[in-house]
Amino acid sequence: MTNPRSLQKTFVSSLFVLIAHFAATEALAQPARPAPAPAPAAAKAATPAAAAPLAIVGGRVHTGTGEVLEDTTILVEKGLVQKIGKGLAVPAGVTTIDAKGAIVTPGFVDALTSIGLVEISLEDSTHDDDRGGKDPIRAAFRAADGYNPASTVVGITRAEGVTSAAVVPLGGLFSGQSAWADLDGDTRESALAAGPLALHVHLDGSLDGDRGGPAAALHLAREVFDDARTFQKNRAAWERNQSRPFAASRLDLEAVGDALAGRVPVVFHVDRASDILAAVALAKEFGLRPVIAGGAEAWKIAPRLAESKVPVIVNPLEPGPTTFDTLGMRNDNAALLHAAGVPVVITTNDTHNARKLRQVAGNAVRAGLPHAAAIAAITSAPAAALGVGAKYGTLAPGKVANLVVWSGDPLEIASRPLAVVIRGKKVDLGNRQSALFTRYRKLPIAR
Amino acid sequence: MFSRRAFRLLSPLLLALPACASSSTSAPPSSPAKAEAPFPDVPFPWEARPSTAAGIETPAAASPPVLIRNATLWLATGKTIPRGSILLQNGKIAQVAEGDLTPPEGARILDAAGKFVTPGIIDTHSHIGVYPMPDAVAHLDGNEASSPVTPDVQTVDGFWPQDPAIERAVAGGVTTLQILPGSANLIGGRAVTLKLRPALSPRQMHFPGAPDGLKMACGENPKRTYGKGRHAAPGTRMGNLAMQRKAFLDAKKYEDDWRQHRTIEANRLRDDQKKRAAYEADVASRKQQQAQCNDDPSLSACAEWQKGWDKPLDPPRPSDPDAAPARDLAKETLVGAMRGRVLVHIHCYRADDMLAMLALADEVGFQVRSFHHALEAYKIRDILAKKNVSVSTWADWWGFKMEAYDGIPENIALLQESGALPIVHTDSAEGVQRMNQEASKALASGRRAGMPLTDEEAIRWLTHNPAWALGIEKRVGTLEVGKDADVVLWDRHPFSVYASAEEVWIDGATVYQKGNKRPPWSDFELGQDTGRPTTLLPGGAP
Repeated sequence: MTNPRSLQKTFVSSLFVLIAHFAATEALAQPARPAPAPAPAAAKAATPAAAAPLAIVGGRVHTGTGEVLEDTTILVEKGLVQKIGKGLAVPAGVTTIDAKGAIVTPGFVDALTSIGLVEISLEDSTHDDDRGGKDPIRAAFRAADGYNPASTVVGITRAEGVTSAAVVPLGGLFSGQSAWADLDGDTRESALAAGPLALHVHLDGSLDGDRGGPAAALHLAREVFDDARTFQKNRAAWERNQSRPFAASRLDLEAVGDALAGRVPVVFHVDRASDILAAVALAKEFGLRPVIAGGAEAWKIAPRLAESKVPVIVNPLEPGPTTFDTLGMRNDNAALLHAAGVPVVITTNDTHNARKLRQVAGNAVRAGLPHAAAIAAITSAPAAALGVGAKYGTLAPGKVANLVVWSGDPLEIASRPLAVVIRGKKVDLGNRQSALFTRYRKLPIAR
Repeated sequence: MFSRRAFRLLSPLLLALPACASSSTSAPPSSPAKAEAPFPDVPFPWEARPSTAAGIETPAAASPPVLIRNATLWLATGKTIPRGSILLQNGKIAQVAEGDLTPPEGARILDAAGKFVTPGIIDTHSHIGVYPMPDAVAHLDGNEASSPVTPDVQTVDGFWPQDPAIERAVAGGVTTLQILPGSANLIGGRAVTLKLRPALSPRQMHFPGAPDGLKMACGENPKRTYGKGRHAAPGTRMGNLAMQRKAFLDAKKYEDDWRQHRTIEANRLRDDQKKRAAYEADVASRKQQQAQCNDDPSLSACAEWQKGWDKPLDPPRPSDPDAAPARDLAKETLVGAMRGRVLVHIHCYRADDMLAMLALADEVGFQVRSFHHALEAYKIRDILAKKNVSVSTWADWWGFKMEAYDGIPENIALLQESGALPIVHTDSAEGVQRMNQEASKALASGRRAGMPLTDEEAIRWLTHNPAWALGIEKRVGTLEVGKDADVVLWDRHPFSVYASAEEVWIDGATVYQKGNKRPPWSDFELGQDTGRPTTLLPGGAP
């Protein structure tokens, strides 16, 4: 389905970038500047497979399920929470984090970001979030393949208590498969959870302009799901070249097959109430595990979403009727969905400012969402919705030890993380921005 | 910011002048003593009005006095009254007091125990109305991106007063916006300052007396729009500066032409007047001679005088007027900027770009009123403080483009510490709905970094400082007697994430009340199932 014209366009624009690059290099024919000192995030040592044991002592612990435990200690070893309880004995020699008077939560999770996939939004050369091209079927495209654990966004985000992010591909209809990233680690292997996280289907008009809106998107999505089902039923026929033509390539059909088999959820990015219902119906037709992302008008159909237990990922800072598909956008969407019994996940839907996640959740509370539900919406709810609830999102024995010690109510702006633990290791909260701050703390600067 | 002269020029007589300024040469100089300064009372075209939007402002409907009692008053003067009262009457702040006040007859009395009162929030950087909701190709009226230098266009001509974002901004405690052109252009045009009340035209919303702003942009956007987008100039930062410099030099030439024209005209009229005076003196002298000779025909001089009487005394012909330069609205805007009548707001991120703009400003002669976005302002905060340039910026935006890569959350705090004038702006229909939180984040970041900042300083980032940047600080920005009653009542400490505006007044009239299910302001939202800014559920804050 590749359009030769688009290839040509891509080639020309690459050539342009290349020429511009050479021109810039020539213009810089002068002595190279000394390499800058490595930023703290980049300088950290390789993460050991199993961090040393750690005890977080005496905090007020929000477990992520809504439960709050007073004066509670958490013992962490081998990257996992081992024990959690009041008055636990801390074995000799174990490093402790004093959390008395502080609040402890699971590490916060942003369910829709491009962290590690995009370094600078308007610089195409720093993008790995979009397979590109005109073909809207990119189900096999994996965010994991583009994830850069050395991105400056990683250190900047975790300094605000976000320890994990679903990094999500964009573009096309079947944009690809997201990955679960813990915001630490020097390699993809040490930062990413194993396996694809979810399949992302954009019904919200991010198709190329000439491909129409949600109706056209649904039409094509149905065709792809149907082809993938046919393909899965009789792969041998396909291998013998005895299948009808499919709308998607083999790898794409394989990837869609993971969703058909229920191994990964399908995140439908869709806003208009009628389109959300169509996505849910499509999911039912093909036996998928649907998650709604965006969901500006989800509140209108909250009882039906609750009935089918479809989680909805919302951004409570959405400003109003910004498009004709989101005329019903309102600031208490999360509160209304929660009140109806829909599992609510809160996202920034941002990359550089995914660190705003707790402010975003705070605004959902301002608009009526109970505080505990807001904490769950950025901890246990995203983990559960994306199928990794067994390992992430709550503080309980056996869970990955991602947690944050807060100076106060974590949703309140004046509070701050006192310690951030990722995979059982207390991480450095310094980052490229704190390095800039330090350099410019006094003027004139010395360097 | 208004000079006395600017205010004087607001007089109704002078408001009528700009249209006939070019034909004003027919007016005689008012007195010979003033001939040195040509036409001192006739404004140049660029002097006529502080805003091209002025003229049909609609004042708020009269509303009964409002007395808010028992509130914490953040005056934004640097002072807080922990338990005080404020009286709004006749559109103004009539009284501010510690403790209680006696309500005037008919006053609405609000007990605000545990609540906070601040001045209305002012956003120096908004595209509401020119990039309205919902996205519609038909409503993209914010960038006249047909040429990189368009100082003659003005947002007041592009603003859609039915934008649903207006009412939503008010619900966040915002009472005044500066509507700027976008940043596609090096010189994007005139900005207008509005009070946020429902209206059928932005001219009805115009903040009375507020001068226009001039939007300029440096760095990536113009060169991306034209160079990368169209292979046209500017394609580089070099091109940016060259074209901006040229525009101002051309405008200076225009001003020179006008001044020269006025001088030529003044001299010509003075010469004409001299000739006329000489003629009138001759006539008078002859009359006097004739009278004297009538009285006493034997007077010895009469014979000599009589010879002259035969020569007719012709009145001097008025000389031909010098042709006035053709009006050029683009150049008039730039001359207005150079003369401080139009306030210069420059979209600029990098420290070196801002320093380049300051060098240009010094070279061609204008003052930068505010750098906008200015993510690297912290690197040159000493210079910005010294040069009295305010900085309109976000609390934490960064990374969306190369020139935004060095943004840090302590930017505002560092500016405050160094005596510069930081302003929280939004450039966003989302951010403008919770500017109190943006200030709160900047404050928290500064405190976290060890800077002893106060709430009293931070509230000025939203009120007094932007008022100064827009030239309206004598009218709004603090809770002081005599200022416009543009006021917000908050349900709790305004820097809490859980805080909401409970009621908002502009000129003493209620424009927003939390929970009030009035029909929407925007005609667009009528009969549509849109999500209005209400809270249906009780707040869930702990």
